[in-house]
Amino acid sequence: MNKSIHLTIDGKPVEAKHGQTIMQAADAAGIYIPRLCSHPDLRPIGSCRVCTVIVDGRPQAACVKPAMDGMVIENDTPELLQHRRNIIDMMFVEGNHFCMFCEKSGNCELQAMAYRFGITAPQYPFQFPEKAVDASHPDIMLDHNRCIMCARCVRASQELDGKNVFQAIGRGFHRKIGVDGEKALADTDMAVGDRSADVCPVGCIIKKRIGFRTAIGRRLYDRQPIGSDIEANATP
Amino acid sequence: MSKPRVATTSLAGCFGCHMSLLDIDERILSLIERVDFDRSPIDDIKHISQRCAIGLIEGGCCNEENVRVLYEFRKNCDLLISVGDCATMGGIPALRNNIPLQECIDEAYRTGVTVYNPDDITPQDPEIPLLLNRVYPCHEVVKIDYFLPGCPPSADTLWAALTALLSGQPLELPYELLKYD
Repeated sequence: MNKSIHLTIDGKPVEAKHGQTIMQAADAAGIYIPRLCSHPDLRPIGSCRVCTVIVDGRPQAACVKPAMDGMVIENDTPELLQHRRNIIDMMFVEGNHFCMFCEKSGNCELQAMAYRFGITAPQYPFQFPEKAVDASHPDIMLDHNRCIMCARCVRASQELDGKNVFQAIGRGFHRKIGVDGEKALADTDMAVGDRSADVCPVGCIIKKRIGFRTAIGRRLYDRQPIGSDIEANATP
Repeated sequence: MSKPRVATTSLAGCFGCHMSLLDIDERILSLIERVDFDRSPIDDIKHISQRCAIGLIEGGCCNEENVRVLYEFRKNCDLLISVGDCATMGGIPALRNNIPLQECIDEAYRTGVTVYNPDDITPQDPEIPLLLNRVYPCHEVVKIDYFLPGCPPSADTLWAALTALLSGQPLELPYELLKYD
């Protein structure tokens, strides 16, 4: 079992350890596979499908698929870029993403992904769905308009905080993040120091009174595309 | 040969994108050497007078007049560009899109807490353009050739786009110039 695993991503040889997912192996090799629901501290669930890669001709979610010896993986292809772009576009039109006044703008992973893919406007009609804002908690705001159903908060609350503040409820277009069933955030034991308040990739879970602290131009994705940190590990 | 013409308009927008266009500072001198402005709030020409190379659209469509102006631009411009988040996705005016129109009008003119309207009048003069049921991004009304998102798109973004298109280059924005805020 100690024999290491050899696979290729876009023709580049990559060495992986047993138990690693394709995404973990790629990250270590400095190859960025775009992702939204995946978070390094959380159990992967393969929900957003942005990390879809072609493994030996079949589409697989890189965040959950274990790396195996001899895999031939495609990541950076026009077809996969289009597939990922379509998902990002759908996320934009299925929510109400008003970047111009969002506290998360510049540090938002959904927005950064759209920047990385060079999206200037979604190709689908905007839905403008009716979504709620829960500002009941003294320190945390929950804006469902911006939620992309990555379920990072659900996993962080259970796996890292030992709580059960968030759950996914409903199906399809009506799926949403529930707070302890159908309660308000103030009725739960959620605290501002919880990891579940940190992991939101978009501006859905926002800590109050700290918005807009970083100047435009110095925010996370103002100058460098998302994934640049991983790509900096690449061996020549 | 006559210079290419550029027309601009602000539909359901705040004129912030036009302010950003003026924010190209002294580069505006080299811009007016290369183009003539047709219909635009900058020169106050009311209708497009002849064929234009580029039409810049700020704002989405919130009323019937916006739609008519957008049709005029589409008919008379070779390239139509959605400038800013309102033209691209509806922007701030689109916040009303999941509230029924009558509720919006009632809140603004009848039931809002700061409203003083003893005669209970809501605007209905024929001169006032009729509001649409919701705010539409421009590309949901006519074909749009290019999009420059941003609130507003920076002067550098507008300059990069205009200079590329005027020299027949493809419009490819560098990473720093594509922003949604």
